[in-house]
Amino acid sequence: MNSKSDDPMHIAPELLESLEKKGVSRRDFIKWCTGMAALLALPSSFIPRIAEAVASQKPYLVWLEYQDCAGDTEALLRATKPTVSQIILDIFSVEYHETIMAPSGFAAEKSLEDVVKNQKGKYFAVVEGSIPLKDNGVYCCIGGKSAIDIVREVCGNAAATLAVGTCATHGGIPAAAPNPTGAVGVQEAVPGATVVNLPGCPLNVENLTATIVHYLTLGRLPQTDRLGRPLFAYGKRIHDNCERRGHFDAGQYVQKWGDEGHRQGWCLYEMGCKGPETFHNCPTVKYNEGTSWPVQAGHGCIGCSEPHFWDSMSPFYGRLPNVPGFGVEKTADKIGAGLAAATAAGLAIHAVGRAVSSGKKDKE
Amino acid sequence: MHATASVRAVEDALGITIPDNARIIRNLISGIQYVQDHVIHFYHLHALDWVDIVSALSASPAKTSALAQKISDWPKSSEDYFRGIRDRIKAFVDRGQLGPFSNGYWGHPAYKLPPEANLMAVAHYLEALDWQRDVIKIQALLGAKNPHAQTYIVGGMSIPVDPESQNALNAGSIAFISGLAAQAKDFVEKVYVPDVLAVAPFYLEWAGYGAGVGNFMSYGEFPNDNESNTANMWLPRGIILDKDLSKVHPVDQQKVTEYISRSWYNYSGGDDKAKHPWDGETNYNYTGPQPPYEYLNTDEKYSWLKAPRYDDRAMEVGPLARMLVAYASGHERVQEVVNSVLKTLGVGPSALFSTLGRTAARAIETLVTAEQIPVWMNQLAANMKNGDMRIHNGEKWDPSTWPAEAKGYGFHEAPRGALCHWVKIKDKKIENYQCVVPGTWNASPRDAGNQRGPYEEALVGTPIANPDQPVEILRTIHSFDPCMACAVHVLDADGNEVIKIKVK
Repeated sequence: MNSKSDDPMHIAPELLESLEKKGVSRRDFIKWCTGMAALLALPSSFIPRIAEAVASQKPYLVWLEYQDCAGDTEALLRATKPTVSQIILDIFSVEYHETIMAPSGFAAEKSLEDVVKNQKGKYFAVVEGSIPLKDNGVYCCIGGKSAIDIVREVCGNAAATLAVGTCATHGGIPAAAPNPTGAVGVQEAVPGATVVNLPGCPLNVENLTATIVHYLTLGRLPQTDRLGRPLFAYGKRIHDNCERRGHFDAGQYVQKWGDEGHRQGWCLYEMGCKGPETFHNCPTVKYNEGTSWPVQAGHGCIGCSEPHFWDSMSPFYGRLPNVPGFGVEKTADKIGAGLAAATAAGLAIHAVGRAVSSGKKDKE
Repeated sequence: MHATASVRAVEDALGITIPDNARIIRNLISGIQYVQDHVIHFYHLHALDWVDIVSALSASPAKTSALAQKISDWPKSSEDYFRGIRDRIKAFVDRGQLGPFSNGYWGHPAYKLPPEANLMAVAHYLEALDWQRDVIKIQALLGAKNPHAQTYIVGGMSIPVDPESQNALNAGSIAFISGLAAQAKDFVEKVYVPDVLAVAPFYLEWAGYGAGVGNFMSYGEFPNDNESNTANMWLPRGIILDKDLSKVHPVDQQKVTEYISRSWYNYSGGDDKAKHPWDGETNYNYTGPQPPYEYLNTDEKYSWLKAPRYDDRAMEVGPLARMLVAYASGHERVQEVVNSVLKTLGVGPSALFSTLGRTAARAIETLVTAEQIPVWMNQLAANMKNGDMRIHNGEKWDPSTWPAEAKGYGFHEAPRGALCHWVKIKDKKIENYQCVVPGTWNASPRDAGNQRGPYEEALVGTPIANPDQPVEILRTIHSFDPCMACAVHVLDADGNEVIKIKVK
């Protein structure tokens, strides 16, 4: 990095020129670096460093899919800054990705073997989908190898593994009770590997690119909570940054789909929103280039970035037992009979609620 | 999309009629999904079976520009533009890291396109990557996010409609959808369809390979009214048997069954009898080799897929099935576009029963669907204008209103084909739930009667120049739009497995 790197505008001209040759416009690139610094909460002095890191290296990346629906792959295709074509052509060398790669069969498997052999300890592995451990792993095999055997080798030899989507982080839907295949997330499958968890159903691709840029820029993986989730993306609850928080505090709740409150963007707590128990940056980053996110579209959060959400967050339309913080603008008396009753039973239920969620980063 | 099939199954079980806005929003979400998904399939999951990316490096930008301008008035067609694309690919190749294009079958004799057509296709591969990200925002707006829309609820949709609110779908939303719908249609008309028509003449022999089982089923999609599993739909429901386009047979969900004779499950009534999904069972019974293994024994059970059959016949599902059923049912716009494509390529309707026909049918469906999206959008705008803001029928939202027992099914045509969910509800809980998905119809293993499924049948007779580089197999398998990294085993005449490939 050069001496002028304190000047946020000073991204080396040669660098911008070489990127332009690769089809990346100066404007887009600077905008992207700036946005990335903001997402990672880095000072603007890091902008040139982000730019240099991304432009000078082209790390190898392999993307593995197991018990999954390719939803995280689809999310990858929606990447905006950088775009997916920049990711697969210019920023990373994506040598293996079952869905988008050109070769098949033996030729495809060779691509994976080459990276593991020739780039040992230097490549990134991304894992999508859960890994079944039951019955010797027969429930998910690729080319005759079990998923568990492949991830042990590939993730065990990677610089870092990014588990994308809740299936890869904690088993997700395949691990929902009664978990017939013994599905687990990557960290549990390969305890010795360096794993960053990026849950979500699917993950928000902005958090994937930000994690990798964080690593390239700062030379280390981002700080995580006790579930391995980066704090920059999972450090706060949906509820903390929710655009409807004002209505929650004012005691204005949607009662029925399509009612006046629903049309006016009131709080979805009574419709079962799990935002108060879910750590994720959906309200600030949103999806599809900021187009929307579930609460904006009138549906409560289903807690998809929390471990075992399918079991622990359902029924999705059942109200959370108790959430502290009512009545900032209204007293509990005025909120309504239903809520008052819930409040009356509050202390005991609240204790249970906290016990259930004690696996999460607990700061209120 | 499974969300659609699942809410329809429960709505059918409980006798729920959804509000008009919910129907329209679902149609819009599915419609843009067809358009976006088919374009991704063609350019990013199928094109490299036909397009040699390395050959594009030797293309003349001037000739590529001339070719592009001859087939379309798409503005990105200048010599400088194609030179820029070629240079970008060259810089990429020169760096020595080929990424997802490493170990491709480049230079294979089965690649027939001239360098200029390859360069044009590569340019559009890159453009489509950006385009798909934009146009799917229609779904993100209506569904909260894409992928995995989250606004589907039993009885309707959870996204409010209110032209006087900033927190609901309003006139601004209509404008947003309108702009993206125009962008979607423009690309399909000026890039996707012209590319298919430009590439197809070099591969016309593929109108003679990959026919498959010759039976085609569509549940129909895009309802015009709000009754559960209505037959009144924009794309009709029906079945074509034995490639006979003169007759469209009705669909009766009672005739759908699944075999597990060659699948790693067991059935309580014996493994040779098929079961209707309401009585379906999913009991694992793995009898294959322990990993790591080289080959599966295809004389025994060999797949995790069940074998769905309709009236005991294997059925192909997907865009080709939908277009054939629509064509044979007299759908005017589909007939018009199909006839125009056939005329341009100088072939008759029988050419549709092929690998090339499957790929062309997908493009045809994309065009007619892109044209239809504004129609649904205008229906939504009209409802807003008339003060109809209902999005949900909540009569059965509370489980205490449910009968002790109920059962239902939910038809849906997903982009890659016929999908149906069957549900049995008892004491307010799911008693049994089965999904029969497009992938199992098309990739079906054999059944108790040893009938082949569509993939397997379609590969019979496909010439393979080099068994180590079986790009010809990929063409046919990919033409079905497989939903998985699926295994395909190719047997020679003696039943010995000659190659085993994993299809992406």
